Amino acid sequence: MMAFEGLTSRLQQVFGKLRGKGKLTEDDVNEALREVRLALLEADVNFKVVKQFVAKVKERAIGQEVQKSFTPGMVVIDIVNKELTDLMGGTQSKLVRNNKPPTVIMMVGLQGAGKTTTSGKLAKWLQKQNHRPLLAAGDIYRPAAIKQLQILGEQIKVPVFSLGDQISPIEIARQALQHAKQHGHDYLIIDTAGRLHIDEQLMDELQQVREAVQPDETLLVVDAMTGQDAVNVAESFHQQLALSGVVLTKLDGDTRGGAALSVKAVTDCPIKFAATGEKIDALEPFHPERMASRILGMGDMLSLIEKAQAGIDADKAAEMERKLRKAEFTFDDFLDQMEQMKKLGPLDQILDMLPGMGQMKGMKDMRVNEKQMARTEAIVKSMTKQEKGNPELLNLSRRKRIAAGSGTTLQEVNRFIKQFDDMRKMMKQLMGSSGKPGKGLKNIKNMFGKGMKFPF
Amino acid sequence: MSFFQRLKDSIKQKTEAITGKFVAGLSKTSSAFVSQVSDLFSRRKKIDEDFYEELEEILISADVGVHTVLQLIEDLRKEVRVQRIEEPAKLQPVLSELIMKLMRNEQSLSLKQSDSGLTIYLFVGVNGVGKTTTIGKLAHYLKSQGKSVMMAAGDTFRAGAIEQLEVWGERVGVEVIKQQSGADPAAVMYDAVHAAKNRNVDVLLCDTAGRLQNKSNLMDELNKVFRVIQREVPDAPHEVLLVLDATTGQNALSQAKLFGEKSGVSGLVLTKLDGTAKGGIVIAIRNELKLPVKFVGLGEKMDDLQPFDAEQFVHALFSQMNDEDEVADK
Ligand SMILES: Nc1nc2c(ncn2[C@@H]2O[C@H](COP(=O)(O)OP(=O)(O)OP(=O)(O)O)[C@@H](O)[C@H]2O)c(=O)[nH]1
Ligand SMILES: [Mg+2]
Repeated sequence: MMAFEGLTSRLQQVFGKLRGKGKLTEDDVNEALREVRLALLEADVNFKVVKQFVAKVKERAIGQEVQKSFTPGMVVIDIVNKELTDLMGGTQSKLVRNNKPPTVIMMVGLQGAGKTTTSGKLAKWLQKQNHRPLLAAGDIYRPAAIKQLQILGEQIKVPVFSLGDQISPIEIARQALQHAKQHGHDYLIIDTAGRLHIDEQLMDELQQVREAVQPDETLLVVDAMTGQDAVNVAESFHQQLALSGVVLTKLDGDTRGGAALSVKAVTDCPIKFAATGEKIDALEPFHPERMASRILGMGDMLSLIEKAQAGIDADKAAEMERKLRKAEFTFDDFLDQMEQMKKLGPLDQILDMLPGMGQMKGMKDMRVNEKQMARTEAIVKSMTKQEKGNPELLNLSRRKRIAAGSGTTLQEVNRFIKQFDDMRKMMKQLMGSSGKPGKGLKNIKNMFGKGMKFPF
Repeated sequence: MSFFQRLKDSIKQKTEAITGKFVAGLSKTSSAFVSQVSDLFSRRKKIDEDFYEELEEILISADVGVHTVLQLIEDLRKEVRVQRIEEPAKLQPVLSELIMKLMRNEQSLSLKQSDSGLTIYLFVGVNGVGKTTTIGKLAHYLKSQGKSVMMAAGDTFRAGAIEQLEVWGERVGVEVIKQQSGADPAAVMYDAVHAAKNRNVDVLLCDTAGRLQNKSNLMDELNKVFRVIQREVPDAPHEVLLVLDATTGQNALSQAKLFGEKSGVSGLVLTKLDGTAKGGIVIAIRNELKLPVKFVGLGEKMDDLQPFDAEQFVHALFSQMNDEDEVADK
């Protein structure tokens, strides 16, 4: 029911269908992009921005060569990711610094976006870099907003300039700037009251503050959970105040944060900071590429793509999948699979990266034991060629022989064979007859829930 | 009688003042939406895939939520087949009625009250949505209905939160029960419940700190507050109101679900509808979680709170279309 599947799981189905072609056709791309579109909309990216974006990706994707080690779906994802990172701003953007201090930063935004808290965090962040910030309490409207800033200032030992709530914010800003100059502060951060972008009177007030102190940075504070309206808000603030950057707040929540993309698209202002918690030091420089994959909900799909590029033999992988689906999977294949996995790196990390696995809580607890893996390998190696191809042959006396040959116990051999069997069944279910992973995934989840382990 | 005629009549029976205020507050909100919608219905000559796609976009742009939008469109397609509708214009009332049906409160509109003695309402939600402000407004609203009200400063975490509630207490003339900043919120609630009982207060409004629904320790803390209230007054809290900011997108669904699990949410308050956001996500929440909207916030002043009314909501959302319907009726 929750709309939180993420693109990875959505694209699994598309992956399957797209496999094994030379060039991406328009149909291939359309199918994949339909899922991309829904994923972006579910992430709250504005629908107009989505439309433009999808059109752009489509143009780039059609006719793309699909390399051997890639599935066509991965090619599409790769393009989507690159375009998205590009749109997000490519590289990190720094805070402006005025050669003639103080550098003046004005914080603006809707009610409840997190301006006051972010002002405090920014002061702390500057302080850590040996600056001497001054905070100015310009929110004279919300009850106890000044008090809130004063408490924050006390906590981090940054002075707060206030004239109470009876003096206009314009005058407060003006005097705060004087104060900063006189007392050798190199940064002035002006907190302002939250307001609606359509509130002419209050927006006019901000323009006057702006004229009075000529800020070097006008930062729009945006709640990462904002929906479709983010474009209207950002566009309007930008028009009236010529923003220089954006701060995205509440990113420690479970929102995908598509608003980031919307805001970037309509203002073309860089997102300079990400706020990730209620603690005063929970402010980080913004990383566009991380945000891109968060919006898509792809987990580490991207690194899997990178690794796939480096390692996996596509022909072998396709053959393996065919075997899994038909439950023809043998002990030989199993050893092969282990070899491939080893090439890719630690097993639990790989499992994390597989589409759909990231969502499974049980997977996280499944520590893969390297020693166990070596013993498993020994068991398989003690089987005859015939036995490896036909697991059904393994009766009691054969099992005893294998145990002796591999230096393990009969119990261990039994357990492994049982697990191998379960795995074959599970894989068969997982793949289903149609090759769709949908229902099978639930089964696999149940099995892990009950403490099922991979046989190594 | 047409659907809209019925709707109009039923609204006329309500006090003009409230409707007027509601529509005024929502008109800014809905004007873009309405013009888009009516434009779509009048401009398009055929009900085809392009039509549905555009309608889908309009609904999505109101934050209705992808799943619910797809479902609404599916239902609409069905109606088109069953009723053999061919003109887009005829589809307007069908769509409105679908949303109306979803949003109408079967239960009584008003907040649940205690049969005997103290009524307690608990307010929960993520940071900055308007919990404290809504409590101030609701205190004013209840007082004007002749009730005696008390407020509990359960946000002991955010800097200045207690002082903020105290200012509201002075504004509306209501006593605030508090402890010092950093105190255990469950202990504040315990105090407040007993103070309210001792003073024979009608309604106790409990503020809590904003928290993101994925922080399990903070959600457990909220659960403790909830249980303390439950323990002290067996049928309380009589309502647990999740405050939602209308600008919130799909994440509101996750909020409703997880706050529901930890604090037994019984209804929603949709704030900041005086902005340009449409708050359509409440349609998805109603659809998927069955939670009704009880109040809407239309500004920052103490009387900017109105009981939610599905008919008014849809009326305001489609007011322009209404007029056209009326013309067509004649
Ligand atoms: N325009 C508008 N602003 C509102 C509305 N409701 C609340 N606000 C404003 O939103 C801001 C945050 O409101 P609060 O009541 O402090 O929100 P909260 O949920 O208590 O916040 P925390 O306690 O910090 O989590 C304040 O500036 C309010 O004035 C509304 O309906 N419309
Ligand atoms: Mg509050």
